[in-house]
Amino acid sequence: MSTPFALSGTVSLVTGATGGIGRAAVKALADAGSKVIASDIAADASVAGATEYRRLDVTDEAAWEKLIAGIAANHGRLDILVNNAGISVTNSIAGTSLAEWRKCQAVNVEGVFLGTRAAAELLRRSGTDRKGGSSIVNLSSVGGIRGAAYMAAYCTSKGAVRLFTKSAAAEYAALSWPIRVNSVHPGGIDTEMMDTIYARYVETGLFPDEETARAIVSAGHALGRMGEPDEIAAGIVFLSAPGASFMTGSELVIDGGMTAR
Amino acid sequence: MANKLTGKVALVTGGTNGIGEAAVRGLVAEGAKVAFTGNNQAAGGRISAETGALFVRHAVQDVEGWAKVSQAIRDNFGRLDIAFANAGINAGDSDIETVSVDAWRNIIDVNLTGSMLTCQNAIALMKDNPEGPGGSIIINSSINGILALAGDVTYSTTKGALRLLAKSTAVHCAKSRLNIRCNTIHPGVIETPLILGAIAGAPDPAAARAMLENVAPMGRLGRTEEIVALLVYLASDDAGFVTGAEMVIDGGSTAGLPGV
Repeated sequence: MSTPFALSGTVSLVTGATGGIGRAAVKALADAGSKVIASDIAADASVAGATEYRRLDVTDEAAWEKLIAGIAANHGRLDILVNNAGISVTNSIAGTSLAEWRKCQAVNVEGVFLGTRAAAELLRRSGTDRKGGSSIVNLSSVGGIRGAAYMAAYCTSKGAVRLFTKSAAAEYAALSWPIRVNSVHPGGIDTEMMDTIYARYVETGLFPDEETARAIVSAGHALGRMGEPDEIAAGIVFLSAPGASFMTGSELVIDGGMTAR
Repeated sequence: MANKLTGKVALVTGGTNGIGEAAVRGLVAEGAKVAFTGNNQAAGGRISAETGALFVRHAVQDVEGWAKVSQAIRDNFGRLDIAFANAGINAGDSDIETVSVDAWRNIIDVNLTGSMLTCQNAIALMKDNPEGPGGSIIINSSINGILALAGDVTYSTTKGALRLLAKSTAVHCAKSRLNIRCNTIHPGVIETPLILGAIAGAPDPAAARAMLENVAPMGRLGRTEEIVALLVYLASDDAGFVTGAEMVIDGGSTAGLPGV
């Protein structure tokens, strides 16, 4: 019986857990045997598979400290941190206000930094008794690999997540801390964030209507379709499993071949 | 949680030692039926007897011999779902100034042409699957297909070329709606008989081992079962949206700048 893919005995924290990918990640981690703490900006939420829900503003340094302390007190360990909370900003460079730009970097980049820094000690301690150590999975994007018109703020933030991931991976390895850090790069996924992007594409005049936007984005994938949240969640689970014990600083690109051509 | 690949049929080239052998054993353990090829009849027979996998003696670059491999898969299994294009060598390689054209051509023949033939033949088999075309091809590249080795110019070049072979294959299969995915894996330094032999044969084995271990920031060699776990993920339906991608599995070797 092989258990390279099982997460029994582990505790996970997922941020942005009420979004499409977040919900799928919570469920997939729970199905693999992990005890999952779901978090998001809402005061309360019901997330299938979660053991508990906690409100978390990922840009709030003190909130991170408090949440991690609570997890340590209540569960005694943290094995998996999924930095999934993120926002999209769809606007021309000319039309992007400084406030909008900074909000995007704050949620998408600072949130990942703050979470990593806050959780590292608990992840380090927990990783000493788990095969493959602890796992941090950071949600980047195909937009963290190549650019996109009207997505400069978003792509910049996702590119930052990619390199933060590699630096954290290199650093924890150099320190001999049992924490692996990898990034996931979804292509276009059917979620509310994607719906917002379509709507903004139409508002900014890039596409005449949402059907056209959807068709063009779908066709951008070699597979000719959008991805599903479960397909991203399966990658998150794999990176967090003992089987991925030699993977750190890697990019798991789940994009239907979009960036292959 | 075990048996992620029950009912699937897999082909592994270069399956008589190292990562290939581990793949044969690992795929069988996950419930797949496996056919594997290689040049070493004795090793192939032994692994076959131990695992139940089907061994076909074949050099991956032998064009005419592929017909026999494909027929054996058709006759024994009637389908193909997974192909692991793993066979590869670095024998006779050298740096750009000293490499011989014969060595260059031979390594290209095995590593690159052999992988191309694996993809071509695997797709032909996968297209004939009873419920319709479909499958997952994984090509074994290397971290040296991303970052170069000065002393192995041909190996580095072929491993780099495999990235684009995989992407072209992936995009073609996607455009043709074949439901066949193709990805590369990029192992770092993995503990295999080849590496252990290189360590043992070095003037200072302990120093050689330490040097190889420190290629990865994680400070150790990778294990073949770690490569197999990634292979199983890519082969499974969990990875249905993963195609044309490069999966690096290297203990952080390529994540950071050198020397820091």
